[in-house]
Amino acid sequence: MDIVGHLVIVFISIALVNNLVLTKFLGICPYLGVSRRIDMAFGMGCAVTFVITISGTVTWLINNLVLQKIGMDYLKYIAFIMVIASMVQLVEMYVRKFFPPLYESFGIFLPLITTNCAILGTCLFIDLWGYGFLEALVGSFGGGLGFTLVICMMGGIRENLEWADVPKALRGAGITLITAAIMTLAFMGFSGMIK
Amino acid sequence: MAGQTDNSTTAGRPAWLAHLIRGLWQENAIFRQLLGMCPTLAVTAALKPALTMGAATTFVLVCSNLVVSAMRKLLVGHLRILMFTLTIAAFVTVADLLLQAFLPEMSERLGPYVPLIIVNCLIIGRAEACASRQGVWTSLADALGMGLGFTLALCILATVRELLADGALFEIAILPASFENWNVMKLPAGAFLTLGILLGLSNHFLRKGK
Repeated sequence: MDIVGHLVIVFISIALVNNLVLTKFLGICPYLGVSRRIDMAFGMGCAVTFVITISGTVTWLINNLVLQKIGMDYLKYIAFIMVIASMVQLVEMYVRKFFPPLYESFGIFLPLITTNCAILGTCLFIDLWGYGFLEALVGSFGGGLGFTLVICMMGGIRENLEWADVPKALRGAGITLITAAIMTLAFMGFSGMIK
Repeated sequence: MAGQTDNSTTAGRPAWLAHLIRGLWQENAIFRQLLGMCPTLAVTAALKPALTMGAATTFVLVCSNLVVSAMRKLLVGHLRILMFTLTIAAFVTVADLLLQAFLPEMSERLGPYVPLIIVNCLIIGRAEACASRQGVWTSLADALGMGLGFTLALCILATVRELLADGALFEIAILPASFENWNVMKLPAGAFLTLGILLGLSNHFLRKGK
């Protein structure tokens, strides 16, 4: 029971309180680039959640069971990026084989997940915070869900912004960033929840 | 292919100078192309980390552009993206170890944002768009221009934020003590807001210029 409670706290902490996008600035590129429509945002969120969960867990295993044992910590970054790149490749092949329509609608965004800093960032933060195996698993899944939540909210807001009268210079990225600022202020309300 | 190598070998100073200036302003990574947003927002709460980050990114960009450009004829198919990433990861490891050795405080403060240079889309973007197609010297000029432009943009953002958040620049107080610090500028919300408004301003003035 105690372990479960602790894991729930880890989950809420990384999904809401320390949200990857809004407090750690990870995954800003898809957050600004793919959030124009809510269905695309949701698809992106799902793909990222999937890759994040697997690579967060696998990099934890490689880092703690192999690299630290043989004292080759300095290869950490190279190992992490290799794992992520091959995971993305795997997901891409799997989706292309079994869900062709989904693959069509993702297009270029699927391979681009490799350079999504949310994924590498989560692996690095898990290492930095010294998480155990279960915490790493739950934490990376929570991080992915937090990303999905925020990118979908942004998609919803931007669909409505299409009809708003935005000053010419702020159209596109400018107004999106200002919206993100207001959203961050709202998410600061969660900050008292844990510790 | 022949035209491109021709361009890089026969063109003298003006060509690389043009590359340099293009990266600095016309195609500025942050204000014009919106690349490398994550470090941009994360490290610009003050000038010092912004400058360190800019220098580290420029270092990695220059090294990886040189290596990629030198081996551009060996790269094929979609394996090349993997090669870019591995080259960049190797140089980021070097930069990270250098920072740990010579600027331990700064290394601590930047934390995981130094390894995150690996996935800075600016660097992989330049490897793909320039270094894998152009000669070594052109790539060098391009990397320097892009890196300095990135550093410049980081510093502009950091100047605004540090001045409003602490009334200071480089941790030296500039504004009188009666200035009420805008704490929100130090927080993530301040980062998004400043960048949004700066983007709007740069759009406004550049469009007027044309």
